[in-house]
Amino acid sequence: MSLVPAQLRIPTRRNVELLLLVFAVVIVVAAEASVEATRDGHLSSRLATYAAVPIAVGLVAHVVIRRVARYADPLLLPIVVLLNGLGLVMIHRLDQGLQTQAAENGGTFSGVAAPSQVLWTAIGVALFVAMIVLIRDHRVLQRYAYTLALIGVFLLMLPAVLPARFSEVNGARIWIRFGGLSMQPGEFAKILLTIFGAAYLVAKRDVLSLAGRRFMGIDFPRGRDFGPLLAAWLICIGVLVRGHDLGTSLMFFGLFVVLLYVATQRASWVIVGTVLFAGGAYVAYQLFSNVQVRVGVWLHTFAPNHVNDGYQLQQSLFGLGTGGIFGTGLGAGHPELVPLPATDYIFASFGEELGLFGASALLMLYALFVARGLAAGLAVRDAFGKLLATGLSFLVGLQVFVVVAGVTRLLPETGLTTPFLSYGGSSLVANYALLALLLRISDAARRPATTPPREQREQEAVPA
Amino acid sequence: MNSTIRKVAAGLAVLLAAMFVNLNFVQVVKGSAYRDNPANRRVLLNEYSHPRGNIVVQGTAIATSVPTKDELKYLRIYPQGPVYAAVTGFYSFIYGSPYGIESAENSVLSGSDPRLFGSHLADLLTGRNPRGGSVQLSLNKAAQQAAYAAMKGANGKMRPGAVVALDPTTGAILAMVSTPSYDPSVLSSHDSSTINAAYQALNNNPAQPMLNRALDQLYPPGSTFKIVVAAAALSSGYQPAQVIPAPNNFWPLQPKRVGACPAGLSAPCVENFNGETCANGVNAQLIFAFAKSCNTAFAELGVKLGGAQLAAQAKLFGMDGARLQTPLGVAVSTIGTGSDLTDPAALAQTSFGQRDVRVTPLQDAMFAAAVANEGSLMKPYLVAEELGPDLSPLSKTTPQQLSQTMQPGVAQQLQSMMEAVVTAPEGTGGLAQITDIPGVVVGGKTGTADTGVTSGSGSAPDALFTGFALQGGNPKIAVAVVLENGGVNGNESAGGLAAAPVAKAVMEAYLKSNPGHG
Repeated sequence: MSLVPAQLRIPTRRNVELLLLVFAVVIVVAAEASVEATRDGHLSSRLATYAAVPIAVGLVAHVVIRRVARYADPLLLPIVVLLNGLGLVMIHRLDQGLQTQAAENGGTFSGVAAPSQVLWTAIGVALFVAMIVLIRDHRVLQRYAYTLALIGVFLLMLPAVLPARFSEVNGARIWIRFGGLSMQPGEFAKILLTIFGAAYLVAKRDVLSLAGRRFMGIDFPRGRDFGPLLAAWLICIGVLVRGHDLGTSLMFFGLFVVLLYVATQRASWVIVGTVLFAGGAYVAYQLFSNVQVRVGVWLHTFAPNHVNDGYQLQQSLFGLGTGGIFGTGLGAGHPELVPLPATDYIFASFGEELGLFGASALLMLYALFVARGLAAGLAVRDAFGKLLATGLSFLVGLQVFVVVAGVTRLLPETGLTTPFLSYGGSSLVANYALLALLLRISDAARRPATTPPREQREQEAVPA
Repeated sequence: MNSTIRKVAAGLAVLLAAMFVNLNFVQVVKGSAYRDNPANRRVLLNEYSHPRGNIVVQGTAIATSVPTKDELKYLRIYPQGPVYAAVTGFYSFIYGSPYGIESAENSVLSGSDPRLFGSHLADLLTGRNPRGGSVQLSLNKAAQQAAYAAMKGANGKMRPGAVVALDPTTGAILAMVSTPSYDPSVLSSHDSSTINAAYQALNNNPAQPMLNRALDQLYPPGSTFKIVVAAAALSSGYQPAQVIPAPNNFWPLQPKRVGACPAGLSAPCVENFNGETCANGVNAQLIFAFAKSCNTAFAELGVKLGGAQLAAQAKLFGMDGARLQTPLGVAVSTIGTGSDLTDPAALAQTSFGQRDVRVTPLQDAMFAAAVANEGSLMKPYLVAEELGPDLSPLSKTTPQQLSQTMQPGVAQQLQSMMEAVVTAPEGTGGLAQITDIPGVVVGGKTGTADTGVTSGSGSAPDALFTGFALQGGNPKIAVAVVLENGGVNGNESAGGLAAAPVAKAVMEAYLKSNPGHG
């Protein structure tokens, strides 16, 4: 069999990506037009601004991908451009709503977010371009696993050890604030630690999958192999204790358990991990009043004793309920009544104005993104790539779940951002880095190998 | 590893399903409960995000919405507040719109009426805020303002009571005043502490300013009810000039007995006000007894006619029937029940509008209106027209007959008897006479109704007047006036003295504003 025709036969799918990008831009522009028509009664020049952002992002990223990752998955970038663009439209719409609200109450609103979100988008795209250009092969990251892990742990611990005035916002110590700038290092740490976790487990998975005791028909790992899991657990508990940040610790722990499970193929790790997390959560509930409050708000949202601390969730539910099936229409609702509508509660803002239909569409976009990421993990040939793609995709999926479950009262609210949608620089930039890695792995998965070994050729048969 | 990656994918799919199911629960199952939760301000903000429609009287808005700079984008104002308060009600973001046209026509005014859906769709496409439709009332500005002004007492305070004016030929309500009144603009303000303070003060005020006395308060009609008794008598063959018994004392249980009633009326016995003699102390013409409002004559007449006939006549006038909707609901007036209609002692009192007879001021006006309109009683209405936001008509009220209360010929006779009340020397309603407009004939009936259980005790009686004005022989207006405690005990002409001038003022103002002759 000749390799050259086989190479020619694999389509790059770049034109599909371009077409989907056009769709994404059209949807974003329609959304902004709808906001302007509803709120101002006419269209304005701002429409061009909000068209320019997704066009620029899509075009730059698309051209770079054409050059350096031409076999990459064609869905991931358009989904991100659409989410980022819709997020920007909503953030801008919330700016207007909050400005109106402040003016009506005789004050002024100073926290205009949309321009800085545009800036953060630019930075995110720059990081995306740098990473996808510099990292031509994701496997090189394995070499720097421990260095990246150190940086990750340092970033994660930093807000917890800094004095509160540099790190605390709204009761959660997960920030680094310096001058007028603020960032959430945990957002970057999650990617760095995913890379480390994948590399570490690829190296150690044979040991870790050795059976220890058998109990109730399930093989449990040997006691000494619990080490890494316990270490991850301790770090998460540390984050929880110092940072009062339920969401981030749940994310990290969930991530590590899933990586262990995928690497060792042993369900017992999931059981052990769930038990450990449940124990940690119970202890945290006993020890920390803010955890008790959040659980209390979750269970008894409308109880009189939660009039104040349950206000945000109440308003979120009111907004979602008022939106109903079809929503109030973009620009026609009152999402600004929910505190923090552009960050933690942006999903509720969409749910109010686009209704169950719009909110479900957003969930489907995330589902598609995660599915394409996992598909890259299935198709890529190397174990590290598989673990990394799975870990990164799972991160996005779990984060969306934790946020959406929180704002819709499925679970206690934890305070995470909604990937690509929420206002927040660290989150947006970090998620663009995540996109770069996923695209790189998907490119590797579909790129025809010049000398494919037999084993890898078989795996290639899996559809990308 | 691929099998475990697939299991992770399956796990994430379960999470997606959980989110989707929960989203359905929150937005669909619980959606309306969250939407209507009183703590949810969105519905309120939406309601105030577009102007509520106007309530219009002859081209002038008596309730309108003006743009503001605060969170509730439109403020409801009532330019002539207290004059129209009984009609408009109020629109408060705390107390809603429980009264008046604001309540009865809420769906049109707020724009939620399904008939406005077409224009909503257009609003949606053009990006405009939806607006409410407006409501055109049947009221006459001049009549309304004259009525309100006339209820002002000599000391400058509003006398408690009500005025209702009708167009006898259509049933259109021309004036509707209830006093003391209040300013609905205060309750529709956007300041919750102002609203609460004002509402509590109004609610605790013993004079009940928020009560619409014209439609919701039932009064003993006193001698104005003799219109019903007279209608029953004339319909059964009596003639106005016919001589009927008019003794100084009437013992309903012993019709033959003569002799003074016991002090304090401890036994069933009827005497005229202040023990007056009607004509000669024995008998009188029906028209004379009516004009002078002799109780003994009507007590004996009523007993003779019988309860069934009186009740049937009352029913023809709209009493003891279905609750009227103008669209404001009207309390059901009643002649009484059971022994009120069978026991001669009770029937005697019923015959001059005491005992358990209770009427709304509107009902009192309907008596005069039917007589003026050849016996044809028209259904009273307050809303002439409902208009969409673009002033396209949604509905227009067409006059409807409620009943033929008596033969036209009988109505003619009764008309002349009511005119005698105003023009005859013995008449009690002379103060209602209009002399400065040519071609006008006024008729009416005074009433002085004891509000206490027995005659001669308790507070001052209510003074009533109900009457009509014809111009060029055509019925123009019927007016009923109730002045709570406005009469003087033992003085029948007191009703005429206090209430008739109010009716006159309303009729005069209306006739002068309405140049239609013929």
